[in-house]
Formats: sequence, C-alpha cells, structure tokens
Amino acid sequence: MANLYSAQPEPQRSIPWKLVIPLLVLLLLVVLIVLNLGAIGTAISNVFTFLFDYESRVDPSQIIECRGNSACTTIQAILFSAILFFVLLTGFAYTTLLERVFLARLQHRVGPNRVGPFGLLQPLADGIKLIFKEDIAPAQSFRAVYLIAPLLKAVPVLVVVAVVPWGPDWVVPWFDGNWYRVPLSLADPNVGVLWVLAITSLGTYGVALAGWASNNKYAILGGMRATAQMISYELSLGLTMAVPILLASSMSLGDIINRQVYIWEWYIFQNPVAAAILFIALLAEVNRAPFDLPEAEQELTAGYMTEYSAMKFAVFMMAEYLGMIAISMIFASLYLGGFQDGFGLVNGLPILGPLVLIGKVVLMLMIMIWIRATLPRIRYDRLMNFGWKVLVPLALVALSWSAIAVLVADFSASPMVYGIVAGLIFVALVVGGYLVLRRSGEIAVEEDEQTDDPIITGERRGLGPVAIQVVGGLIAVPFVLYDWTLKQLDRLAALNQPETADTETTAVEPARPRQARDAGK
Amino acid sequence: MNVIRGFATTFKHVLEEPVTVQYPEEVKQFNVRYKGRHHLRRYDNGLEKCIGCALCAAACPADAIWVEAAENTDDERYSPGERYAKTYEINMLRCIFCGYCEDACPTQAIQLAHEFQLSFTDREDAIFTREMLLDPPPDGVPGTPQKVERGVFNRSIPDQEDPY
Repeated sequence: MANLYSAQPEPQRSIPWKLVIPLLVLLLLVVLIVLNLGAIGTAISNVFTFLFDYESRVDPSQIIECRGNSACTTIQAILFSAILFFVLLTGFAYTTLLERVFLARLQHRVGPNRVGPFGLLQPLADGIKLIFKEDIAPAQSFRAVYLIAPLLKAVPVLVVVAVVPWGPDWVVPWFDGNWYRVPLSLADPNVGVLWVLAITSLGTYGVALAGWASNNKYAILGGMRATAQMISYELSLGLTMAVPILLASSMSLGDIINRQVYIWEWYIFQNPVAAAILFIALLAEVNRAPFDLPEAEQELTAGYMTEYSAMKFAVFMMAEYLGMIAISMIFASLYLGGFQDGFGLVNGLPILGPLVLIGKVVLMLMIMIWIRATLPRIRYDRLMNFGWKVLVPLALVALSWSAIAVLVADFSASPMVYGIVAGLIFVALVVGGYLVLRRSGEIAVEEDEQTDDPIITGERRGLGPVAIQVVGGLIAVPFVLYDWTLKQLDRLAALNQPETADTETTAVEPARPRQARDAGK
Repeated sequence: MNVIRGFATTFKHVLEEPVTVQYPEEVKQFNVRYKGRHHLRRYDNGLEKCIGCALCAAACPADAIWVEAAENTDDERYSPGERYAKTYEINMLRCIFCGYCEDACPTQAIQLAHEFQLSFTDREDAIFTREMLLDPPPDGVPGTPQKVERGVFNRSIPDQEDPY
C-alpha cells in the first residue's frame, strides 16, 4: 500500500501545464493588444465621451422626455425592473460574503478565502449546496401557507426598492435612434415614503404565517414574538420617517433627495436623534442584531424558521439580507442624501448616481455588521420595553423638534431662525440627556435595600413618563393656540356687526326675489 | 459611553493582522512536546532501541499496538538484547496520541514526534507497520540486521548516562 511512508519514486519531469496555459493565454492577449493599440485607444476615448459628454453628440432639443412617452415608460419600467432584480439578487449573494468576511475581520480572523480568488465564489458554492439539500416539510403542516410564507417575507423587501431613485435622469440612446431622458427609479409617486412604510409592514405576514403553518407550538410562539417585535418598532419608524417629510415638505423620495444636494443639507445633521432612532427601528424591523432573537442560532429551536429546510430556509435568509440592503437604501435616501454625493458632483455627472448610492449602502451594511459583531442580543422583554417606552417617546421628541423648528422658521420667514431654534433644542436635548443619564446610573450608587427599585414597587420613574408628559404638553400647544385663535376671530367678527336685539335677520343679506335677479342679468 | 468603547474595541481588530494560519500554505509551529506520529528510534551504531518487550502495548489505553517479539542472534542482530520486535503495528485509527507508550518504554524506543499529516483513504492503510515507523539509521552507519562480535551486546538496556 502506497502512502506517505513508502519509498517515493523519483518524480518525472513533465510539462507543468498549470503554468504554461495561463502564460500562453497572457502572451496571446498581449500580442492582440499590441497589434490593435490604435483601435483600443479610440474605443476607450469613445467610452469616455459617451459616459461624460453626451452634449457633444446630441442636440438638447432632440432629447425625448421619457415620462410623457407611454412606450418609453413601459420599456423603461420593464428593463429597469429586470436589471434591478438581478442587481439586488447578486447584491444579496455578495452581502452574505461581505458579512462573513467583515464579521471575521472584526473578530480578528479571516473570512472565507478558499473558494474563488478572495472567496468571491463562496456565495455560488453556498447556493449550490442549498439546492442539493433535502427539502423536508412537516407532515401536518398547512402546506399551502407553509410554502408561500417565505415568499411573503421576501417579496415585500424586493418591492420596496421600487421607489428609491438611483440617480438623476440619464440621457441614453435607444435602438430607434432617438435619445431619451429616463428617470432612474421604477416609480416616483408623490407618496413614496408612505408606500415604503406600508410595504415594509407586509413583511410581518410572512413571519406570522410561517410560524403558524409549521404546526409546531414553539414555531408559533417564535412567530408571534417576531411579529410583535416588528409591529412595535413600526411606530417609531413611522414617526421618524415623518421628519424628512417635514423638512422637505414632500413625501416623494425624489424630492427629499433633491433637497439634500450638499453635505451640510443632509437631514442627518439637521435631526441626528431622528436618524439614530430610524436606524434602530429599521434594525428591529428586519430582525437584525442586536434584535435578532427570532432567528438566533441558540433560539432557533423556538423560532419561526424551525421547520424550514434547504431552499425555503434560503429564501428566508434571502429576505433578511435583502431587507438589510433595502433599509440601507431607505435610510440613505431619507437622511444621507441618497444618490447625491455631498458636493453636487452627481448633478453634473449623472453616471455617478448609482455608484454613490451603492457606496452608501455598502457603508450602512458595514455599520450593521459592525453592530452585530459588537453588541450582545437583547432579551425579548427588554426589547419590547425599549421599543415602546424609550423609542416612541424619543421619536415624538425628535419629531416635535423638527416640527417646532420648521414652524418657528416659517413664522419668522428666515432660515437663520430655523437653524438657531434647531440648534437650541439640540443643546437642550444633549444637556438634558446627559443629566438624566448621569443620574440614572453611570456612577455607582450604593443600594442597600432593593425596596426602592421601581421594578419591585411598580412605581413609574425615569425618562419615559416625564418625556411623555412634556411631549403631551407640547402637542397640546397647537390645539390650544388653534382654539384661542378661533375665539379671537369670532370676537373680531362679532365686533363688525351693529348691536341689535335680533342679529339673525340683519346679519344676513336678504335674498333678492327671483324676478329681480333674472331681470338684472 | 461604554457602547462607543465597545465599538472601538471591535474595530481595532480590523486594523490588526488576523490570527488565522493559512493552512496549507502556512503551518503552525508546534511545541517541543507535541505528540504526533510515533517513531521507533535507533542507537548511534544503527541497532534498534526496541527490544520487543510489549510494555507499550500493555500501557496503551486504546489497545492500538500489536507487538510480536523474536530472538536476536549475534549473526543477525536487530537490537542489543535478547529480543527484538519482529512485528510492530500501531493502528492509527485507534491511537489517541496520549503518549503513554512513550512513558512506558524502558529503552525510549518509541517516541512521539511532530508529524501530524496522517491521512489515509482505506482502513487498512491506517495500520502503520514497523518499517513505516522505524527511523532510518544515522549517516554512514549500517542498518539492521547487523553482524556483530559475539558477546558484546548482552544487556537489553545499555549502560548510558541519564538522558534527562
């Protein structure tokens, strides 16, 4: 038996094909390039002119506006959705690789780097493995719903990307010889943000139905918990999505992005509290760390995905990673300026738009992976506590901050006032937050008896109830003002009338008789 | 806040070189006492140290060693002593690399060295025989069996200074 320890025969020298074939191919390529240098140079300069300088080739008056042309809108919609679909799926595959590699680097180790150069074919290997896995379904599961539930979670996150604009309008040639100015979004409705909010809410159906249809009581419980988590964080989601609407005075994502051309105009600087709350709420929406109790490996035996095997489980994973990409795009569009880089370059060079948006999405993905590597998972009751008692009041405060600042600026008709008011509120929040945090436990306090602990006494203390009362008072202010204004107007109107005993008949001009009216015409 | 310090800690790991050893391009260096594959040692004159006493087989907790002894003669001498191990087989699938055989051996014949790349594709290939485990003789020295002078080697364990 031949093995490591038997005498090895002398290795025969043969042609090392592994080296020779690539070298021959390289040589062939070099020869071809050298022979065609002129043509290659012309081709490169043509590409550059095409990308950056279309005005030299096309008369601006000849450009057809795609939004008005029904044939163009149909073809643009079909082509754009096909391209977007493939881009998103490839993005999802490589997001898994990015997560594994970046998570590994954050944990002082190296991610997968064996399967292709730098591990780039790893998602392909994972996909092939999942296809070949055995597809088990529980016998007593409600088969129709069981099969559809993963899709119910995955399709809304694919669809929500439809309203995100990828760049300013592009001028592209088409096969019929004309040049068209096409918008780079699948749809830009006037209520884009509302649409986003509505579609993200549909994802909860998939989770709840997946848990129920598995015929497993732990799966049902896990599904209920996950659904409750997603629903309770939608409140702060809606509130903080309202802040860019306020600041941009439009719900359309294209308008919101076009208001954030320069980096000092980005809404993340105008209301950082709302941006932070939106980010946290979006993390909880897609069940992402540290809110990933429904899908954590230790808890998976009690989670809604328990009874799902190869391909259906892959669809759930796809839904999660696509959700990460979708929320990154939404957050970038609402608070980080979307496809606008901070210096106004994209409006002059429209081809950069998608690249800038992809760059921001990758940055947000890396931040999410960083958070996953750092923070421990939050326990379910603390998660719900956080969502309802901390995030919702803070979101209300953040919303009222922007609302008050915008109202005061509108009254005084000066943008400086807006900045000053927003800045004052920000300082107040920071100082107040610091004082509250300092009092609530960063410094160790000797507790010799536990009877004072609100968990035991049930007495409500802390930031939440106080904030609710303050915010309630603030919210009451416009109503009180409205009421008072109406009373003043009524009083003013009453001053105009002469004082008679019978105000009814004199207050109203008597109707002219019919004949008089017809004769007067 | 402490959360920020946590993020900084995690991020510092990105900037440092990862601790992963890229096997098989890089192989981690082992400690001196790493227990790898067994070797049957020889003396400097070429004779084998193993005298076929089977104490290692008795000590092995996994019953992985099989020893059959045979008589030495001065014309055909394998080891300095009355016996040598004619058949010596270790089943690497049973061996747990605990090193008890090394501790039990009276002549320090069997020692666990640093080889760890011991893969095989058939169960029969897992049984390492005496020829596979025996060290080659030192340079310039004839191997076993040797023809030696009569009566020189009459002790199983020769007189030597304490190696420890």
